[in-house]
Amino acid sequence: MPVFNQSRSYIIRLLFVFVFIIILAQLFRLQVLSNEYEIKAEQNALLKKTVYPARGIVYDRKNRPLVKNTLMYDLMVTPSEARGVDTGYLCQLLGIDTAEFNKRIVDAIVKNGGNRNQATPFEELLTPEKYARLDENMWRFGNGFFLQERPVRTYPFDAGASFLGYIGEVDSAIIARSNGFYEPGDYVGRTGLENTYERVLMGERGLQVLVKDNRGRVKGSYAKGQMDEPAVAGRGLRTFVDAELQQLAEKLLKNKIGAIVAIDPKTGGILAMASGPVYTPNDLTGANFKKTYSKFVLDVSRPLLNRAIKGQYPPGSTYKPIGALIALDEGVITPQTGIGCAGAYYGCNKTVKCTEHWQGHSKDLKTSIAWSCNSFFSMAYRATVDNPRIGNVKDGYAKWKEYVNAFGYGHQLGIDLPSEDKGNVSDTAFYNKRYNNYWNSCTNVSLGIGQGELTVTPLQIANVMATIANDGYYYIPHFVKSIDDDKADDTLLNKFRVKHKVPVHISDTIYNIVKEGMHEVTTIGTAATIPKIPGIDICAKTGTAENKIVLDGRVIQLKDHSVFGCFAPMQDPKIAVAVIVENGGFGATWAGPMAYLMVEKYLTDSLRADRKVEADRISNANLMPAHLPRVQFKEDSVRARFYFNLTKDSAYIKKYLHKSGILPTDTLPSKQKIVLKNMDMIDPKKQIVLNKKNTFTK
Amino acid sequence: MTKKESGFSKGIDWSLVWLYLLLVAIGITAIYAVTSEDESLVAGFFSFRTDYSKQFYFFILAGFLGIFILVTDSKFFPATANLWYAVGIFFLLLVFPFHSRIKGTESIIKLGGFNFQPADFCKVCVCLALSKYLSLPDLDFSKTRSHLIAAAIALIPAVLSIMQSETGLALVYFSFFVVMYREGLPATILIVGFFIAALVVATLLVDKNILAIILLGITALVIYLMWRQIKRDRALLIGIIFISVLCIGIQRFVVPFAFQHVFKPYQVERIFSTIGKDVPDDYMKPEDRIKLALEGKKKKDADYNVKQSKIAIGSGSILGKGLLKGTQTRNKFVPEQRTDFIFCTIGESFGFVGTSLLLAIYLILLFRIVTVAERQRSVFSRCYGYGVASVFFFHIVINICMTVGLAPVIGIPLPFISYGGTSLLTFTIMLFVLIRLDADRQMVLR
Repeated sequence: MPVFNQSRSYIIRLLFVFVFIIILAQLFRLQVLSNEYEIKAEQNALLKKTVYPARGIVYDRKNRPLVKNTLMYDLMVTPSEARGVDTGYLCQLLGIDTAEFNKRIVDAIVKNGGNRNQATPFEELLTPEKYARLDENMWRFGNGFFLQERPVRTYPFDAGASFLGYIGEVDSAIIARSNGFYEPGDYVGRTGLENTYERVLMGERGLQVLVKDNRGRVKGSYAKGQMDEPAVAGRGLRTFVDAELQQLAEKLLKNKIGAIVAIDPKTGGILAMASGPVYTPNDLTGANFKKTYSKFVLDVSRPLLNRAIKGQYPPGSTYKPIGALIALDEGVITPQTGIGCAGAYYGCNKTVKCTEHWQGHSKDLKTSIAWSCNSFFSMAYRATVDNPRIGNVKDGYAKWKEYVNAFGYGHQLGIDLPSEDKGNVSDTAFYNKRYNNYWNSCTNVSLGIGQGELTVTPLQIANVMATIANDGYYYIPHFVKSIDDDKADDTLLNKFRVKHKVPVHISDTIYNIVKEGMHEVTTIGTAATIPKIPGIDICAKTGTAENKIVLDGRVIQLKDHSVFGCFAPMQDPKIAVAVIVENGGFGATWAGPMAYLMVEKYLTDSLRADRKVEADRISNANLMPAHLPRVQFKEDSVRARFYFNLTKDSAYIKKYLHKSGILPTDTLPSKQKIVLKNMDMIDPKKQIVLNKKNTFTK
Repeated sequence: MTKKESGFSKGIDWSLVWLYLLLVAIGITAIYAVTSEDESLVAGFFSFRTDYSKQFYFFILAGFLGIFILVTDSKFFPATANLWYAVGIFFLLLVFPFHSRIKGTESIIKLGGFNFQPADFCKVCVCLALSKYLSLPDLDFSKTRSHLIAAAIALIPAVLSIMQSETGLALVYFSFFVVMYREGLPATILIVGFFIAALVVATLLVDKNILAIILLGITALVIYLMWRQIKRDRALLIGIIFISVLCIGIQRFVVPFAFQHVFKPYQVERIFSTIGKDVPDDYMKPEDRIKLALEGKKKKDADYNVKQSKIAIGSGSILGKGLLKGTQTRNKFVPEQRTDFIFCTIGESFGFVGTSLLLAIYLILLFRIVTVAERQRSVFSRCYGYGVASVFFFHIVINICMTVGLAPVIGIPLPFISYGGTSLLTFTIMLFVLIRLDADRQMVLR
C-alpha cells in the first residue's frame, strides 16, 4: 500500500478543522454578534399584554361610590398577525360581514399610523353574549385576535353626568400630546372630573409577559412572572357631593334648560351640580356611548353643555347684594340710605323701570333688597362709580370692576372641571372704545341691576351667595375633598385650601343688614310666596331675565329666565344654592322653589311629604322652550342638505322634502357655513342668521 | 489500557466509548429539553411513552448491540463484508415494492412497529465493502479501473437512494471519497470534482450570461498566460477551449436540466431559499411550479424551518437560556426539532458556549477516529476507520450547516444526538465495529 499517502491523513484533519471553523464563525455571528434573533424570538414566543389598572373610584360625601368599575371585554386585533384566520367564523360570531371585517382591519392600521404590529380594539365592549361565544372560540383565531379585559365605569346613583364626565379611548392627538404616556387602547377621561383628575384616577398600567407556542396559544407566564409588572389601581376621589342631593337636582331639572349649583360655603365644596337638559352618566358608558353621543351633539338643546360652569347669564337682581356691599364699602350709601321710587329710576335720561310702585319699598337698604328695587340699586351703582373721593367715572368704574372681580365675576373661579367659562365683566377700555371715550355712569347704569354687559355662570352666582354667607370670603368651589393615599407632593388640591377674601371692610352689623335684607326677600319680599321651611331662615335673592330670539325672520319674545340665589341657614350658613331655569318666568316661580327643595333636602336630609309632591310637580313640568323643535328642524334640514350636496343621496333630504316641498336654505353653525359658501350651495342673501339674544330686567 | 485486561474488553479504546456515551447523554438531554411536559422525570424516563424515554431504550438496545459487536471475532467483519453489502443492496431493492407510505419518502419498510430504512443502514455495508475492496492484497489503486469500481461500490446505494427520494442520504455516500482519497485517489479527481461543484454553485449564484462572460474571460486569461506553451503544443489550446466550452455547457444546460429533472421541485426551492433567491424559470418545469403553488406551499414556507432554527439558535446568545427555558424550542416554533433540528435546542438552551463545546466534542471524536484509523496495521481496519470518520463528518457538518443556514435543508440526523432508533443503532454499529477492529489492531485482517 502506498505509504506516502500518510500525509493525506493530515490534510483530512485539516479539512475537518477548516469546516468546523466555518460553522463556528457562523454560530458566533448568529449567537454573539447579532441580537436580531433575540428580538425575533421575543416576537415569536412572547405575548406582552397590558394589564389595565382599575380606575379610581369617585365617592360622595358619605363615601358612597358615584362611579365604580365593572369588567367588560374588548376584542383586540394585531393586523400583522390576523392573516390566515377563519374570518368567516369570526364574522359570524360578531354578526358582521366580510366587508365590515376588512374595513375594521384597515381602520385598525390607520389608527396606528400604518403600524400593523400594534394591537388595537377590533370590537369594543363586547356584550356578554358575544363575549361568551368568542371566549370559547378564541383559539381558532390565533395570534391576531385576543380578548382584553377592560374595566368599564358604572354609576350606582346614575347621577352626576355633568361633572363626573366620561372616559373614552385615546385618539392619536392625545397620544401625540402625551409624549408617549398613553398607548392606543388606553382609556382617558375626556371631560369632567375624569379629565381633571386623570393622572390620579388612571393608576399605573401593568404588564404581563406570556409565552405562546407556534400557533399562538398562550402556554403560561414567562420566566415565572418575574418580568410582569403589576397594575396599580387608580386612587379614589372623596368628593363633597351628596349623591341624593345630586339626584334631586337632576330630578328637578328634568325637561328644563338650566342649572343648579349647591356649595358648602365653609369649604367651597360643591354639594351638587346639575345642568339641564339632564342626561344620566350611563347614557355615555360602554356600548351606549356611540349611540347617545352623536344624538346629544346634534340636539339643539345642547345637553352636553354643562350650563353650571359654561352657561352665561346676566345675574339680574341676584347681583344686587354685591352692589349694596360695594356701595357700603365705598361709603357712598349707609344702611339708612333710601330713595323715593314710584316704579322707575329717573336719574338718567333713560328710565330704569322698577316692578314695585308703592311708597316705602325702597325706604332703606334692607327693604330695597327685599323688594329688589331697581331705582335704589341704579342709584347705588352710580354713587359708587361717581364716588367724589375718586372723582373720575373711569377710575370709579375700574374700582367697581375690581370689587366685582374679587367676588369671582369676570374670571374663571378655578373649579376642578375643565373648560370653565369666565363670564364677562367689561373693562374701561371696552366702554372707551364703544362710546368713543365719552361715557358716564348713566351709560352703563343697567350694570347696577345686574344687566348690560355683565354675564356670569351659575357657579359664580352660587359662589357669590357663599361669599356673602361667609361675610366676605370664599374658597374656590371644588368637588374633591381629598385623594386617597394622598402624597405630600400632590399639589392638585392646594389651590382649594386658599381663602379668597373680598376687599369689603364693613362692620358685621352692616353686613348683617344686607343678610337681613336677603332674609326679608324670603319673608316679606319677592320670594315670600315660596312656602317656608320650618326652623330654617333662608337668605335669598330672586332674579329674572328677559330674553328673545330671532326665528324665521321674526323677533320672538320668550318667557323670562328664572334666576335664584340663596344660602341657609342664615345664622350658620351650610349651603349656598344658585338655580337658573331658562324661560322659567319670575325667579320665585321655578328657580326659587327648586332652591328651597335643595336647601331642605340638604339641611334636614329629607323632604317633607308635601315637599316630595312639590318636587314631583316641578320634575314633571316641561319647561322646554316651544321654539326648540323649529330650531331643531331647521338645523337638521340644513345639515341634511349639506350631506345631500356632498353625496347626492336623496335619502338625506327625503324627510324634509315631504314637509315643505322645498330644500331648506337656512344656514348652519359658522364652521359648516364656510364649507357651504365655498361650495356655492346656498344663496347668502337668503340666509337668516339664527341668533339668540337676551335682555334682562329686574 | 493495561495488558492485564482480558476478555472482550482487551485493547478497547475507552476514549471512543466515553465520547460515545457523552454524546448519547447530550442527545437524550436535548430530546428531554424539547419534548418533556409536566410529567415526573423518573416516570417519564421509564414509561416508554415520551420521546426521551424511547431514545433511552434505543440506547440500551444499542448498548447491547455494541457489547455484542465487542465480543464478536474481529475477523468476522472483513470475512462477511461483501455479504453485508449484498444484504444491504437487497434491502434497498426490496424497498421499491414494499415501502410504506410515510410522508415524503419512499425509503422505509415497516417491520412490525419499527420503521426500517435500508438507505440509512446501508452506510455500514458500504463502509465494510469499500474497506474490503481497498484492502484486497492484489489491488493497484493507481489504476482508473479500480477507482471506478470503488466509486461504484460507494455510489450504487446512492443512486438507489435518490430513486427513493432520499437525496440527503444519497449525498452521504459521496463522503466515502475521503476514504478513497486517503488510499491514494489522485487529488486531481477531487480537485476537478471540487471545481465542478464550485461551477454548479456559481451557476446558481450568478446570472447565467454574466457567468458565461466570466468563464470566457478566464479562458482568454489562461490562453494569454500559457501562450508560450500553446505555441509549442497546439493540442493544449484545443484542450483549453474544450474545457471552457464544457464549463459553459454545464453552466447553461446541464445544471438547469438537472434541476428540472433530477431534483424534486421542493428540493429546488430549498436550495434556492438557502442562497436567498427565487427559483429562476429555467430551473423548474412550469407544471411543477403550478403543482407547488396548488399544494399551497407558499414561497416563504420553504425557508420557514431555517428561519425559525436560526432564531432559536441566535436567541441563545452566549450563555443560552438554560435547560427547559428555550421559548422557541419548547413552544414548537422549529419543526422537526427532536430529529433533524435538535441542534437548535442546544443552541437555544446553552448558547454559543454550548454549541462550540459540542463542536469541540465532535472534533475530538473525529480526530480520535482518524488517529485510531492511522494506527491500524491492516488496511481494512484503516479504511473502515476513515469510512466511519467521513460519514460522521458529513452528517455533523451538513446537519449543523442546515440549522444555521449554511446548507439547504437535507433531512439527515445529527449522529448520536438526533431522536431516532435507526440512526442511533446505525451509528452505534459503525463506531463499535471500529472499536472492535481497533482492539485487534495488531492483527492483519484481510
